[in-house]
Amino acid sequence: MSSNMYVSASPHLRSGISTTSVMRDVVIALLPSVIAGSIIFGIRALLIVALTVASCVVSEYISRKVMKRSNTIGDLSAVVTGVLLGLNYPVGINPVMAVFGGVVAIVVVKQMFGGIGQNFVNPALAARIILLVSFPTDMTTWATPFYYTQGAVDAVTSATPLAQNAAGNFGGSYMDLFLGNVGGCIGETCALAIPLGGIYLIARKVISPIIPVTYIATVFVLAFVMGQDPLFHILSGGVMLGAFFMATDYTTSPITSKGKIIFAVGCGLMTMLIRVYANLPEGVSFSIVLMNILVPHIENLTRPRAFGEIKNKIKGDK
Amino acid sequence: MKNQSLTFPTRPFSTRGGAKVPHRKNTAAMETVVMPAPKEVIIPMSQHIGAPCNVIVRQGDHVDVGQSIGENDSFVTAPIHASVSGTVKKITEITMPNGAKAKAVVIESDGEMTLSPYAEPPAAETKEQLLLAIKRSGLVGLGGAGFPAHVKLSIPQDKKIDTLIINGAECEPYITSDHREILENSWDILSGIKIIKDLLDVHRVIIGIENNKPDAIKTLTQIAANEAADPDDEIRVLTLKSSYPQGAEKVLIRACTGRKVPAGKLPADVGCVVMNVTSVAFIAKYLKTGIPLVSKRITVDGSAVKEPKNVIVPLGTPIKDVIEFCGGYKCEPKKILMGGPMMGIALTDDSMPVLKQNNAILAFDEKDAKLMEETDCIRCGNCLKSCPMSLMPQAIAGCVKLKDVKGLEKLNVMTCMECGSCAFNCPAHKHLVQTMREGKAMVRAESAKKAEEKKKEEAKKNEQ
Repeated sequence: MSSNMYVSASPHLRSGISTTSVMRDVVIALLPSVIAGSIIFGIRALLIVALTVASCVVSEYISRKVMKRSNTIGDLSAVVTGVLLGLNYPVGINPVMAVFGGVVAIVVVKQMFGGIGQNFVNPALAARIILLVSFPTDMTTWATPFYYTQGAVDAVTSATPLAQNAAGNFGGSYMDLFLGNVGGCIGETCALAIPLGGIYLIARKVISPIIPVTYIATVFVLAFVMGQDPLFHILSGGVMLGAFFMATDYTTSPITSKGKIIFAVGCGLMTMLIRVYANLPEGVSFSIVLMNILVPHIENLTRPRAFGEIKNKIKGDK
Repeated sequence: MKNQSLTFPTRPFSTRGGAKVPHRKNTAAMETVVMPAPKEVIIPMSQHIGAPCNVIVRQGDHVDVGQSIGENDSFVTAPIHASVSGTVKKITEITMPNGAKAKAVVIESDGEMTLSPYAEPPAAETKEQLLLAIKRSGLVGLGGAGFPAHVKLSIPQDKKIDTLIINGAECEPYITSDHREILENSWDILSGIKIIKDLLDVHRVIIGIENNKPDAIKTLTQIAANEAADPDDEIRVLTLKSSYPQGAEKVLIRACTGRKVPAGKLPADVGCVVMNVTSVAFIAKYLKTGIPLVSKRITVDGSAVKEPKNVIVPLGTPIKDVIEFCGGYKCEPKKILMGGPMMGIALTDDSMPVLKQNNAILAFDEKDAKLMEETDCIRCGNCLKSCPMSLMPQAIAGCVKLKDVKGLEKLNVMTCMECGSCAFNCPAHKHLVQTMREGKAMVRAESAKKAEEKKKEEAKKNEQ
């Protein structure tokens, strides 16, 4: 009898999903936003996203090599970070900055904390914030949609709807917001393309609908309570992209259902507080990163009761 | 649960989590075939939960089918019987699938399969006689756990049982032995149910069958609806969702009655007794014929088996003989399982004999046997989502790594029944069941240590 049998603990059957298949689904779900961004802001948008992806993948490869760890670029998580980060840039960004952002996201935020599953904040968002603080002008110089069709070589600057709204001069329609015909980051203007990918992820059971639905609903309700235009607030800025793709990041969101609700409500609350009361026109990145930090506590507080768990042990019970 | 008038659920109560396992019930439509006596059988003395039996035969003794060869006086045990007629060749020690050593009787078959003259229908008029008969039959839970049946059926005085649940869920992929039992032996199942029903004095019997076995549901529903067989309409079939692990005891009780067995308690604490379909059918047969548990229907399947089929084999038949009977191996087997692919035990070779609680032998080729490489946890939460017991396997794995026993207790690791749904759904291919077992072992070791210390302290106090 052959002695080279596989002897392992049960189960001997697996569902066939892998980290790679999950990440591949996320990349597929991001494609509509990448395409929309490329239509609205031209081929440069596509190039910026591709450059960021390349930067992230190369950073992952080199940093793992330097740390003498196994090569993990095959799990595609660096690609997801790259696409997300690219979608968070204004189209006119200096390519060197775009590459730098990728390096920060992967090396500093992800690999220095132990790689996939160990980072305590979303790498793409953390990198965006670092860039925003380091290069405030470049990161907030927005291009006018379809500037490239008007023969302009350089991106013509325009303000984002949220900035216009803060100044009280937003003149666009809901349709403009829905289709993305406004100023903003490459991937966050088109409120049509993002949920398309989000629904794909929900249908493929990659993400649960709890976080996006709760997040968007919270923003909607709070905007209404604060006397703002609720529809405008959920369609503009980074709410859609944040709710479907950033706040649902596995590593930095709670795994319990109750925890997911608390997390998403917190994100929505912070977003609206920053938008309405703070000095910044937009607060999605900050709100999600702040809530990321609270995840371990939220998870601890929302641990589900085990089947048949006896709630409180009766004292004095002998 | 007080003595209210009980109703039958028309739909199963919802259960949590689980895994969408493929069914692969390739042998469901195959009539069971009886395997002839093998040349030699190896019968281990520990085929149940509880005290192992002592060998009561000697080398060179002649034994007949159904003759007792292993006995023990303790309550939680089940006697072992010879499954073929022949001569006791030797008494040896073998390694059981779980790694424990056990004494085993090797019987060389004479090919006659002569029935032991002692195998007569037992007296079963009173409750005590019936329980004794069940004990003598050597019956253990045939669903896979191997818990002696008479122990399960001896309900303490202070517990009132109102529901008997018959487990025909068979949620493991590949396995169809219970399914075939229902189709081929349905009247025995019904008589067995009636015997247990009278023994426990219950008036509600729910037969739970997964909806992927419509013919089995139809057969038993027809019999249960039969006026003569079930005059008071106390036996009904409940169609369950086919979702793994529907046949796990606690999950099944939840699905059939909506009750939750508290952690660390038994089904009897919520008024339920769960028995496997094949077990009840066996009780009926035993009372009729007096032949103890000496053979078992098992499903032989898997990508390395030439002719998958359901076979009735004498207990103790080496697996290689069973596979030989099924046409042999199609290719080199790389993994042999005792039981289903979700909870079965992988064996080191095919010389292991078939045991009482076995319901399948699966052999797989290289492709199916290959282990997937573990990658880092991405915290997707699939393990929590799929846990029928609402545990957090990923958090438990963290505690195991840190050897944090308090944390493990807080996370209720002991509630884990090792169904494998978490590992099945893990994109990082973590060996979560193994980790959970490690965690359980840590908790057990810690409580044993505490008990020891307490004992010492008390001894000290007594001395003073």
